[in-house]
Amino acid sequence: MDFATLLQVLDSTVRLATPLLLACLAGLFSERSGVIDIGLEGKMLIAAFFSAAIAALTGSVWLGLLSGIVSAMLLSGLHGLASITFRGNQLISGVALNFLAAGLTVLIAQDWFSQGGRTPSLLEGGRWAALTLPLAETLRPVPILGPIYYELISGHSILVYVAFLCVPATWWILFRTRFGLRLRAVGEAPEAVDTAGVSVVALRYAAIAICGLLCGLAGSYLATGLQAGFVKDMTAGRGYIALAALIFAKWRPWYALWACLLFGLLQAVALRYQNIDLGGFTIPVQFMDALPYILTVVILAGFVGRAIPPRAGGQPYVKER
Amino acid sequence: MDKMPAWADAVLVPLISLLLAAILSALVILAIGENPIEAFNLMVEGALMRSAGWGYTLYYATNFIFTGLAVSVAFHAKLFNIGGEGQATIGGLGVALICLYIPWPHWSLALIGAALGAAAFGALWALIPAYLQAKRGSHIVITTIMFNFIAAALLNYVLVNLLKPAGQMDPASPIFPAATHLPTFQDMFATDAMPLFRGSPGNVTFFLAILACFAVWLLIWRTRLGYEIRALGHSESAARYAGISPVRTIVIAMLISGGLAGLMATNTAMGEAERLVMNATEGAGFIGIAVALMGRNHPIGVFLAAILFGFLYQGGAELALWTNIPRELIVVIQALVILFTGALDNMVRTPLERVFVAMRKERA
Repeated sequence: MDFATLLQVLDSTVRLATPLLLACLAGLFSERSGVIDIGLEGKMLIAAFFSAAIAALTGSVWLGLLSGIVSAMLLSGLHGLASITFRGNQLISGVALNFLAAGLTVLIAQDWFSQGGRTPSLLEGGRWAALTLPLAETLRPVPILGPIYYELISGHSILVYVAFLCVPATWWILFRTRFGLRLRAVGEAPEAVDTAGVSVVALRYAAIAICGLLCGLAGSYLATGLQAGFVKDMTAGRGYIALAALIFAKWRPWYALWACLLFGLLQAVALRYQNIDLGGFTIPVQFMDALPYILTVVILAGFVGRAIPPRAGGQPYVKER
Repeated sequence: MDKMPAWADAVLVPLISLLLAAILSALVILAIGENPIEAFNLMVEGALMRSAGWGYTLYYATNFIFTGLAVSVAFHAKLFNIGGEGQATIGGLGVALICLYIPWPHWSLALIGAALGAAAFGALWALIPAYLQAKRGSHIVITTIMFNFIAAALLNYVLVNLLKPAGQMDPASPIFPAATHLPTFQDMFATDAMPLFRGSPGNVTFFLAILACFAVWLLIWRTRLGYEIRALGHSESAARYAGISPVRTIVIAMLISGGLAGLMATNTAMGEAERLVMNATEGAGFIGIAVALMGRNHPIGVFLAAILFGFLYQGGAELALWTNIPRELIVVIQALVILFTGALDNMVRTPLERVFVAMRKERA
């Protein structure tokens, strides 16, 4: 493999890791507050649809992004209603939301565009343009570093940079602010937070609102950045991979970045090479597809560094009387 | 305690949830500019007014009975098995291997063999998540989701690289030998004078599904193992104190659950396609969740809910054929049913409980 190919694979790793990273951080906020969210997939999907649909109708990618975020936050709100207000089963609610998004997106797409559940392909203004970072052209001739800067770091859409900036931002919010401390506490010992006079319900709603916002960004990037338009079931399990990355990362922001880059790399390699030939021994492409899930199961099994979830995850909080 | 009578809990709550789901679905249909009443009539017409419609309805229902029972057995042990999809996928592999490589003299023997194979393969696929949950505390929901994806990749590999006959384009196994073809309802009930169930895929596995309902009822409420499963589901500490091994019970409950999900493949692979195709499960593993929730984890409830979903599935196909409403409407209805009967249960239950308590006070 030569340098240019390597750069291309890494470049596509960055692109493919972006929606995973955004969704993974979304899950991180939700689960750190004690609300398990397996509805990341659904939220991404509905955001992907609305951002592509509104972008197609108005020609503005920003309006698309806005409606994507709003739709994902609405689903988040429904999850909150079921799992925080009515203290229902968070897992079942997540499953329901995934199906709701899978069905509604196609239903509405068919009604609006009559193209068999997809949106029209987006034109210039409806997609995120690639940003060329300053000096990228000038530095390009510099050996090694020039191409790395030009190909790998520059030339992505703005959401990619937003996603990567979200990592330090998440770290800062969670570990350096009062809100973050409370958020983590409410996922570990909600009764203690309640005793301190802070509202458990408000904190959890805040967490899932952030979760909806980030899922909205992820879905929007998928439909208006990575691809040009919405197609049925376009998230293709990315929400679950993000969930896997979250466990892989042990619910920590910086680990989440590395986990998502790893899973993005696996996707990029599977996309580029069908079967990998290792001198007489072939790794089938299906194995590469399954690898993120296999790795997650191994991590979950606790053989390689135990992943311990937030203690109050999945349990609705009932105030003592 | 302020409790509702048992009948209200078992019948009224699911019915109200279903009603809410139906109202919202009707609103969705209205919103996309179609007439809900007309749509409903069309669904009834296509799914229930002709014998062929029933043939499809019962075919789908057979799948949902198996996956619904699978989810409910796990629910009794307080385990949420979302892996029905993967277990059914791998069950299909068992069916295919047994049908292709064993020369069966008669379909009845082949059905027994294939059912055992499907159940064994499905159970095997549930074994690792079960073991990890029981021994290492890995969350079964996450592991079974992961195993769904691994199953899909595995089946893809096996079909494309191993089972697909040379020269064939689509990734599927060869057609099963004729001796393993199961009699359809048409073969069983149609006469020259009464051409019933024409062309529909409903087949003898439906009766196997009814048998499974009975077996699950027997298991859960009439055996020691069933008692242990329920005890564990109610309280792990109490079960442990009573000498029930949680590890053993979790693993066995999940094996049974996986086996039931695997059995679904006898219907799809052997009864309908007569070969193993990619994505034969078509989401039936997930519909099992809705079916189990609606059926309150009781085999009779699961049976009725499965018929309802079979009707929705077949009716939805009719709608897609005759109107501008795509099949995904059924996915929306399914989501609403899961939402109301599962996640928003308290929203329906709490006010209803209040009504009953108020009525009792008035009487007193």
